[in-house]
Amino acid sequence: MSTPAPTPESFLTEAMRQQAIGLESEPATMEVEKGAILRFAEAIGDPNPQWNDEAAARKTRHGGIIAPPTFLRSMRGVSVQLPFDLSFSRRLDGGSDWEYFQPVRPGDRITAVARIADLSERSGRLGLMVFMITVTTYRNQFDEVVATQTNTLIAY
Amino acid sequence: MAEQVYWEDVSEGMELPALVKEPTTRQLVQYAGASGDFYEIHYDKDFAQGNMLDGPILHGALKSAFLGHLVTDWMGPLGTLKRLQCQYRGMDAPGQPITAKGSVTRKYEENGQYLVDCDIRLENPQGQNTTPGTATVMLPRRQG
Repeated sequence: MSTPAPTPESFLTEAMRQQAIGLESEPATMEVEKGAILRFAEAIGDPNPQWNDEAAARKTRHGGIIAPPTFLRSMRGVSVQLPFDLSFSRRLDGGSDWEYFQPVRPGDRITAVARIADLSERSGRLGLMVFMITVTTYRNQFDEVVATQTNTLIAY
Repeated sequence: MAEQVYWEDVSEGMELPALVKEPTTRQLVQYAGASGDFYEIHYDKDFAQGNMLDGPILHGALKSAFLGHLVTDWMGPLGTLKRLQCQYRGMDAPGQPITAKGSVTRKYEENGQYLVDCDIRLENPQGQNTTPGTATVMLPRRQG
């Protein structure tokens, strides 16, 4: 399929949208280390004992440390390969929408797959912008979905 | 952390205790390391300015972490976060305080779960809402 040369007025064609929507990433897997949870909690400045203090967390219903809500952002290599070059070098994060189903604990083996849910474009303050919405599904070693994250990436 | 909040104690319109965060460039570097997001607009002033920005800006995901901190502090250890959603409408720079705020918009029972929806946001020192969002939490009941 040939794609027309990008113009400042428009970049995406309907054919490109159809090519991209529904594409999935390769699965990425991460072993959740307790140290990574502690470092993440420290980096976001959240002293909640549920993700900082093993002794205190043992007395909770989870029986130990769990990960703070956005910890799964630390998973690497979860990106969908587009079948064309986006040809915008700059990126902004537009927003995220997390749904949670199970806690994430040290020792969990989490597998993530991202899927392109939508691709669109719009002109704004930063010129022509492409909006890519991906839905990432995170499963644990018991094949339970622990969380999904819907993320909006802006390329401009 | 505050005492445990129970579903019975919550009413629509109730405010969540505000949480002031004071992000610094140092914290953005720390977050880059912890999250693996090393995009230079978050810590390299020259790079940020070359990308049509005034200077380094907070990672969007760090801002959603601040909102997660707000909500999980409020719901207590017996609360369960079901959903956390926000949009990065305005950019926030390190070196200025940012305040996480929220209020209860709906209290309801669904499939045997006792739920509360909240509007949440981050306000910059000018009082602008840079990061509007919503959260849903499940709370324990005082009885049964």
